[in-house]
Amino acid sequence: MKNNNCKAKDYDSDEVIRWCPGCGDYAILSSVKKVLADLGKKKEEVVFISGIGCSSRFPYYIDTYGMHSIHGRAVAIATGVKIQNPKLSVWAITGDGDGLAIGGNHFIHAIRRNININILIFNNEIYGLTKGQYSPTSKLGLNTSTSPNGTLEKPFNPAILALGAGATFFARSTASEPKHLYEVLKRAESHCGTSVVEIYQNCVIFNDGAFEDFLGKENKENNTISLKNGKPMVFGKEFNQTLQIVNNNIIVGNKIEDAIIHDEKNLSQSLLLATLDEVKPLGVIRCIDDTEYATSISNSIENKTQKTTSELLYSGATWRIN
Amino acid sequence: MKNVLEHIVILFSGDSGDGIQLTGSQFSGTSAKMGNDIATFPDYPSEIRAPSGTTFGVSGFQVHIGAKQIYTPGDRPDVLVAMNPAALKVKLPLLKKGATIIIDDDAFNRSGFKKAGYNIETLNDLKELQNFKLIHAPITSQTQKALSQINLDNKSKRRCKNFYALGLCYFMFSRNQDTTKTWIKEKFKGNKALIEANIKALEAGYHYAETIETSTSVYHIPEAPLKKGIYRQINGNLGIAWGLMQAAEASGLDLFLGSYPITPATEILQELSKRGDFGVKTFQAEDEIAAICASIGASFSGALAATTTSGPGLALKSEALNLAVMLELPIVVVNVQRGGPSTGLPTKTEQADLLQTLYGRNGESPLIVVAASGAGDTFDMAFHAARLSLEHMTPVVLLSDGYIANSSEPWRIPDFKENYNHINTNLVETPYKAYKPYARNKQMVRPWAIPGMPFMQHRIGGLEKDYNTGEVSYVPENHEKMVEARAKKLDLVTSNIPKQTLEGKGQGKLLIISWGSTYGAIKTAVNYLQEEGHEITLAHLKYLNPFPSNLSDIVERFERILIPELNKGQLLKVINAKYHCNAKSYSKIQGLPFTITELINVFKSELEHEK
Repeated sequence: MKNNNCKAKDYDSDEVIRWCPGCGDYAILSSVKKVLADLGKKKEEVVFISGIGCSSRFPYYIDTYGMHSIHGRAVAIATGVKIQNPKLSVWAITGDGDGLAIGGNHFIHAIRRNININILIFNNEIYGLTKGQYSPTSKLGLNTSTSPNGTLEKPFNPAILALGAGATFFARSTASEPKHLYEVLKRAESHCGTSVVEIYQNCVIFNDGAFEDFLGKENKENNTISLKNGKPMVFGKEFNQTLQIVNNNIIVGNKIEDAIIHDEKNLSQSLLLATLDEVKPLGVIRCIDDTEYATSISNSIENKTQKTTSELLYSGATWRIN
Repeated sequence: MKNVLEHIVILFSGDSGDGIQLTGSQFSGTSAKMGNDIATFPDYPSEIRAPSGTTFGVSGFQVHIGAKQIYTPGDRPDVLVAMNPAALKVKLPLLKKGATIIIDDDAFNRSGFKKAGYNIETLNDLKELQNFKLIHAPITSQTQKALSQINLDNKSKRRCKNFYALGLCYFMFSRNQDTTKTWIKEKFKGNKALIEANIKALEAGYHYAETIETSTSVYHIPEAPLKKGIYRQINGNLGIAWGLMQAAEASGLDLFLGSYPITPATEILQELSKRGDFGVKTFQAEDEIAAICASIGASFSGALAATTTSGPGLALKSEALNLAVMLELPIVVVNVQRGGPSTGLPTKTEQADLLQTLYGRNGESPLIVVAASGAGDTFDMAFHAARLSLEHMTPVVLLSDGYIANSSEPWRIPDFKENYNHINTNLVETPYKAYKPYARNKQMVRPWAIPGMPFMQHRIGGLEKDYNTGEVSYVPENHEKMVEARAKKLDLVTSNIPKQTLEGKGQGKLLIISWGSTYGAIKTAVNYLQEEGHEITLAHLKYLNPFPSNLSDIVERFERILIPELNKGQLLKVINAKYHCNAKSYSKIQGLPFTITELINVFKSELEHEK
C-alpha cells in the first residue's frame, strides 16, 4: 500500500554520481529507487548503510538517511539502526569484499538473527576500489594484481553461505537485468527478516566479462533459469530444458513433466539450487517466515511498564544511616 | 570481653569452587548494613575451576571494615580464613605480622599439603607460622555433622562449609546473622533443604566460635560516621550500568548497549540485559567490532548508545570509534581496564590503556576521556560521560578497571531531583529546510537529526566533509580546517567540566597527581602525611581529556610533582608534554593496586629527598 507519492526520481540526491561509465551499480541504484517509490516508502523512513568499496558510495546518491561507514561493518551498523527503530526500512549496501571478506562475520550473524534488514551484495568478484585484487568470490585461478599466477583460493558461494547461516530470504539477480532485479528487490524489501540479495554486477574496468558465461547475450537463455515460486523449473531458448532431482542431485533434463516445482520454503531444494553451477538459478531461492529479531527485542521491552532508575536503586537491599 | 577496633582487614581464601567470593560479599554486606564503612577486593584466578587444592586455583576476597571512613580494602590482612593449605601458602606472605589465621583443620592433611606443594606432614612443620595466631576449626567435618539430619547428598552438604566459616567469623567480629539468613532464603527460594542446610551451617559455625571463645578474642567494630541517607552496596560495574540508565532517563532517550562479553566488563552487559522493564535495549554482538558498530547505528537512530569492553576489546573497536569521532555522533565507550598487553592478566587490575584511549586511532582523532576513581564514583562518572557525549556530540571513553569493577562499597543513593535530572541533547526537534549535518553552534557542536524525521534526510560517513555543506571533500585546506574544528570542539568541552579540586594546600613542596582506581590508597597515604605535618597535596583527576582548565596553574605552584600510576608512567607522559613540569613517576605493574604503606614510603622519600 502506498503511503506517499514519491516517484523514483524524487529519491535522487544532489550528489554527482562517480561510478565508472558502464558500471552495473547505476542499474542497481535505479532499481532500488523504483522499488522504494512503488512500495510508497517515505524518504525519511529509509536508511542506507554501506561499508567501503565501489558499491558503498551508494548512500550518497539517494536522498534518504544514509551512512557511508567503514570497511565491512555496514551490516553491524544497520543492525543497531534497526534495533533502535524497527519502523525504519534499513538497507545494508555491501560488496563481495566488504560483505564476505572483512565483513563476513557480521554477514552470517545478521542472517542468523533474522533482523529485518536488506543486505545487497554487489558481487563483481573483484576488489574494484583498490584497483583489482582478487576477492572471496573471484573464480579459482583468476589473474589479478595480487594473484599474478592465478588465485589459489576457492571462492565462496554466497547462496550456500547464507543458507548455511539460516537465511530466511536469499535471492540472486543481476544488474544487467533491471526488471528482474526490480522484482527481486521488491520481494526482499517486503520480506520480514534478513533479506540477502546477491547481485551480479560487472566491473567494466577490473573484471569485465566475469559473468559472460551465463549472462552474456548468447548464453543467458541456456545457462540461467529464472525461478518462480510454485512454477516448474523450465528454461532454455526453446523452453525445453528442465531441472530435475535424481538421486538427491539436481540435474538438467528435458522432460517437462519431470521438472521440479520451485518451492521457496523447501530447504533441501534451495540448497541444491544454490550449488547448481552449470545453470545459474536467478530469483528468489529461499523465502520463509520466521521470528524477526528487532521486533522481538522491542516486544520484550514494551510489554513491561517502564520504571525509573531511582526505583531500581531504592529497591532490594538498602539501609538507612541516621 | 570484647575488643573494640577502629578497623580490621579480613581475607577469606580457599578453592575457587569453595564459595569464597560469596562468603566475602556476605560478610561485607552485613558489615555495611551494620553501619560500618567497607571496602572490598576480590582476587580470583582466571581459570573457572582450577584443579582443587592447587595454588593456582586459590580465590580470595579481602574486606576492610571500619568504624571510620576507609578508602581501600587495606594493605595487609589482620585475619586470614584459609579453607585449605594452598590458600594458606598463597596468602601467608600478604599477612600482617601477628595476624590471626583461621584454618579448616579437615583440609590440612597430607593430600592437601601435597597438592599445595608443601613438603610437610603437619602444620607444626611450618616454622613461619610461629609469628601468627592460629585458630583451628574442623570446618568440613563439623558442617557435615551439623547437617546430618538434612535430606541432601554429601556433596551439597560439603558445599555449605563456607557458611560455617562465615558463621564463625560473624561471632568473632560481632556480626548480625539476619542479613545473610534473609539472603539465603531468597537465594534458595523453593528449595527447603538448601535453605535449612545453609542456615544450619551458618549457625553451627557461629556456635562453635562461641564455644571456643575462651581461647580467642571477640571484636567489635562500631558504626562509622557516614553521611546520613539511604545506602546500598555498589560495585564499579553496577554503578556504570545504573549511571547510564539514569543518563538515558535524564536525556529522554532510550539506552542501547551493544557489547561483547569480556572480563572484567561483562557484568555491565549482564546488569543492563536485565533492565528491559526500564526500556533498556541490549545487544550481545558477534564480536567487539559489531558491538560498537551496532551502538553507532543506534546512536545514528537517536539512542543514548554505549558499548562496554576491556583493553583488548578497545583495540578491536578503535576503527569504529574513530568513525564515531568523524561522524560526530554521541556514544559512550566503557573500558574496564585489565592487565595487558594482549590477553595479559584478565582478572587483574592495571591502568595501562590511557595512551591507547587518548591516541590509539589513525589520524588526528580527539575524544573525551574521563575516569572513575572508585566503585562509589562510577554512577556519577557514567552519568557525566553520557552527558558530555550528548551535549558535545562526540564519543566519550570512560575508564574503569578491574579493581573498581569488582570492589564494592556502601553507596549513598544520591538525590536524583537535585543532581541527575536533566541532560540537554542536540536532537533536532522540528524539521527545517536545508539541514546541514555539520553546521556547528558556538560550542562547535553539530545538530543531531535522526531517521524518521521528514525533510532532514542526510548522509554522513567516514570520509572528510566540507566544513560548510557537510558533503565529501578532499580539498586540502578544508581538511586542515576540519581537523582544527574537531580539536577546538574538544577544547571547548573544558568549559563544561568541573575545575580541578585539591586535597591539601594550593601550593607547596609536593603535588601528587593521580587518576582512576588508585584514589583510595593515594588519598589515605596523603592524608596520613598531611597529619604528620608534611607539605603534600593531592590532585586526583577524573577528566583526562580535556584536562580541567585550572590544572596548568596548579602544576606551577608546586616544587615537585609525583604521579603514581599502575602503568609505566602514561599520565606522566601526557602531563609532562603538556605542562613541561618535569613530574616524576612512581609506577607499579603487578596487576595489583597500590598499598597505602608503599605509597607513604614513596611520598616520604620524595619529601625528604627535597631537603
